[in-house]
Amino acid sequence: MLHGYAASLLDGAWLTFQVAVLSLVLALMLGLAGASAKLSKLRLVRAPAVAYTTIVRGIPDLLMMLLVFYGGQMLINIATDALEWDYIDVNPFVAGIATLGFIFGAYFTETFRGAFLAVPAGQLEAGAAYGMSRWQVFSRILFPQMLRHALPGLGNNWQVMQKSTALVSIIGLSDITWLADQAGRSTHQPFLFYAVVCAFYLGMTALSSVVFNHLERRYSVGVRRSAA
Amino acid sequence: MTQLTVEDLHKSYGDHEVLKGVSLSAEAGDVISIIGSSGSGKSTFLRCINFLEQPDAGRIHVAGEEIRLVRGGDGHLKVADAKQLQRLRTRLAMVFQHFNLWAHMTVIENVMEAPVHVLGLSKAEARERAEAYLDKVGIARFRDAYPAHMSGGQQQRVAIARALAMEPAVLLFDEPTSALDPELVGEVLKVMRALAEEGRTMVVVTHEMGFAREVSSQVMFLHQGLAEEVGVPVDVFDHPRSERLRQFLSGSLK
Repeated sequence: MLHGYAASLLDGAWLTFQVAVLSLVLALMLGLAGASAKLSKLRLVRAPAVAYTTIVRGIPDLLMMLLVFYGGQMLINIATDALEWDYIDVNPFVAGIATLGFIFGAYFTETFRGAFLAVPAGQLEAGAAYGMSRWQVFSRILFPQMLRHALPGLGNNWQVMQKSTALVSIIGLSDITWLADQAGRSTHQPFLFYAVVCAFYLGMTALSSVVFNHLERRYSVGVRRSAA
Repeated sequence: MTQLTVEDLHKSYGDHEVLKGVSLSAEAGDVISIIGSSGSGKSTFLRCINFLEQPDAGRIHVAGEEIRLVRGGDGHLKVADAKQLQRLRTRLAMVFQHFNLWAHMTVIENVMEAPVHVLGLSKAEARERAEAYLDKVGIARFRDAYPAHMSGGQQQRVAIARALAMEPAVLLFDEPTSALDPELVGEVLKVMRALAEEGRTMVVVTHEMGFAREVSSQVMFLHQGLAEEVGVPVDVFDHPRSERLRQFLSGSLK
């Protein structure tokens, strides 16, 4: 049906999915670290996090992708030359994930920061007053309630993020968009293949919405009756 | 047996000295009410006892054990051993003005949380304990509700059950009825009276003069960071020695 490109598109879809999920994991880690840094009492810790979110959120994603891929390669070349190591090739798969994770980590930083601040301080104080360690206060009181406030923002960013995975085609990754473009050119039926890609992204984002709605319900227990 | 002693507690915020050397001693079964106008330092004093605020100077013994303190590099007093503080905090259960129940947990989960995760009780033991104390404060039927679905008075009674479930040496109450609608104050005071009658050791920061007069074994009047008068209720309320206490009482006892 797809002029023999079905298997190839499926490979591309799998690659896109991997890029999306791995970038999400990286962005979540960077977001948590960035939010913790931004909420630190130490200026020295806050400053780099402020610089990170300000710069990254102010630069177009496409440009950032090019900067990390080509700029990163240049930096690595300079470093390996200086250390007299062998040439290290920037893997586009790793570069794509690193860039997307790095970009969205900045947005997640803001989401998490607001969510941490939304948890009433009195509840944390109660944890401390009842003999909980700092880790227990974080893991048993702060984190689960923070998630409730963060989930809508995370869901939104994740939606944007999935679509941004299409950018990895410009650094030479054979993702679904790149493969569909190739297939469209050789068969002279670009719209057929673009439609397939659209359907894929729609399917992935729709599925994500279902998962996020479920998570939001689960973490809003105690707040909305629908949770029960 | 002495459950709690506080000696010469000092605390400043910047240039403002909130506590200028306040002491207190509670024997088992004592109910000590701390009264005073807002800004007198009474809440700060209570919060220094379990180190929710860092005192600048002073000594605190809980159930015979002194909280070990050291001077940090910046000259401020610090707890020497965080584990010791955590352990002693479990002996000092606090009831807060704004309840501070954990909003993502049900009533019974709130009461079981610290017994399981801090005291190390089994879930079964903690549940049994929680059921008993929820029953005592008259709120057992709400065990599976979430705090957001309850009135302030009900939430505060859950908070008292949460404190009791620690089976602490001393209960600390930080203005437990100040955030409540007037018609809900009674149900909380009734529970606190019952606790006093069974001989629990309590330190209560309060604006409820009726409660302080009828239930306390001792009343401390704080004014501008000093214990201006300390004594049995009858002396403090009926024979105030200082002009400030007279003024305060005439303003409070309308």
